[in-house]
Amino acid sequence: MEKININEIRGKEQAKIATLSLENQYSCYQCGKCSAGCPSAPFMELLPNQVLRLLQLGKVERILETNTAFACCSCFVCSSRCPKGIDVAAIMESLRQITLRGKNDDFELKNISSDILEESPPILLVGTFRKLTS
Amino acid sequence: MKKIKYYPGCTIKTTAQHFEVSAIAVLEKLGIELDELKRWTCCGTVYSLTSDDIMHQLAPVRNLLRVKEEGGSEVVTLCSMCYNTLKRANLLVQKDIEKKDKIKDFMYKELVKYDGDVNVIHLLELLKKIGFDKIKKQIKLSLSGLKVAAYYGCMLLRPEEAAIDDIEEPKIFEDVINLTGAETVEFPYKNECCGSYQTLRRPDIVIERTRTIINSARASGADIIVLSCPLCSFNLEAKQKDVVEKYFGFKGMPVIYFSQLLALAFGLDEDKTRFDLNVISPVEILGKRGLLIRNNV
Repeated sequence: MEKININEIRGKEQAKIATLSLENQYSCYQCGKCSAGCPSAPFMELLPNQVLRLLQLGKVERILETNTAFACCSCFVCSSRCPKGIDVAAIMESLRQITLRGKNDDFELKNISSDILEESPPILLVGTFRKLTS
Repeated sequence: MKKIKYYPGCTIKTTAQHFEVSAIAVLEKLGIELDELKRWTCCGTVYSLTSDDIMHQLAPVRNLLRVKEEGGSEVVTLCSMCYNTLKRANLLVQKDIEKKDKIKDFMYKELVKYDGDVNVIHLLELLKKIGFDKIKKQIKLSLSGLKVAAYYGCMLLRPEEAAIDDIEEPKIFEDVINLTGAETVEFPYKNECCGSYQTLRRPDIVIERTRTIINSARASGADIIVLSCPLCSFNLEAKQKDVVEKYFGFKGMPVIYFSQLLALAFGLDEDKTRFDLNVISPVEILGKRGLLIRNNV
């Protein structure tokens, strides 16, 4: 049987996620409670528990190729229900930040019609910029 | 009249003015004056979740510093998002000495030093503190017959450090609404997200969430949804038109702030309930339930 060496699969970006989120990705034991409660799960290309598993395996690129972190609403159901106390929402934010800090915004104001902008509450505009732009 | 420091936030002053007007009027009846901070800025709306992003903690912390500067030790908010952001930034300052020092260093020109010594509370907590008996005494119009779905959303309950009540089975909202004589319904989506800031980038998510939440409230027998967050209000109320566009036959439902419901039950006039500012008027359903005997039209 082939052995997996954790030091070989750990990468720079995985370490960055750990630094940004301050969470221990390895404590996840795949119970799936985060995905069960996640209101955005139907819109995500990966389920939150799959994100955790891929992180453990150092496959950050595989996660960043998907829309998963950007479909997150930061509702904190995952974080509050995790039996291992992992702040999954903070991991999602760290994944977003890795993308955003590479100057890859997920949102452009010019795509929004002036009618919609006019009726939008300020907390929506600020929240969108904070979460989806660098 | 007892004064309490009040942080309004941007949305309260723009699309959620009916929240503020009704809350001020209700508290006045309860002998409390909301003392708005003389200087305040946007709190940043969402609490920063990455460890190195200290810059975005400055706005909420600086607002709390202003409370202290004006001699306050407690601040109340109406908006659930402001509540959450201020509350968590405050906890960060209290718990993380290293980050607190960094934040202080950024604000070295401030005359007052901030150490997390202002208490952040939401209006629902303030009402509980005032005392439900005292509120009950102000009820001039019993809202019996009206069935209400109390929608908590996320920011009053999660994460646990910011929760104003039990995180999974909260009841503070129902307790307050029941004081008016209205009947609250149990509905399973009361603390599930409305889609939040995804409205602009992923309106499809919000359409599905709004449809699910309102259909659930309706199936539970509710006439109306009552909530506390201006972003939930936008998604669940203003965005119903998008749900109708996508789902033929979807039946909407009025959505109001809990302070408007209290103002109605306190017998306050239309200039305090401000139902005219709701996108979907609750007047028809309130009339049907015989609750517009005063001038609340």
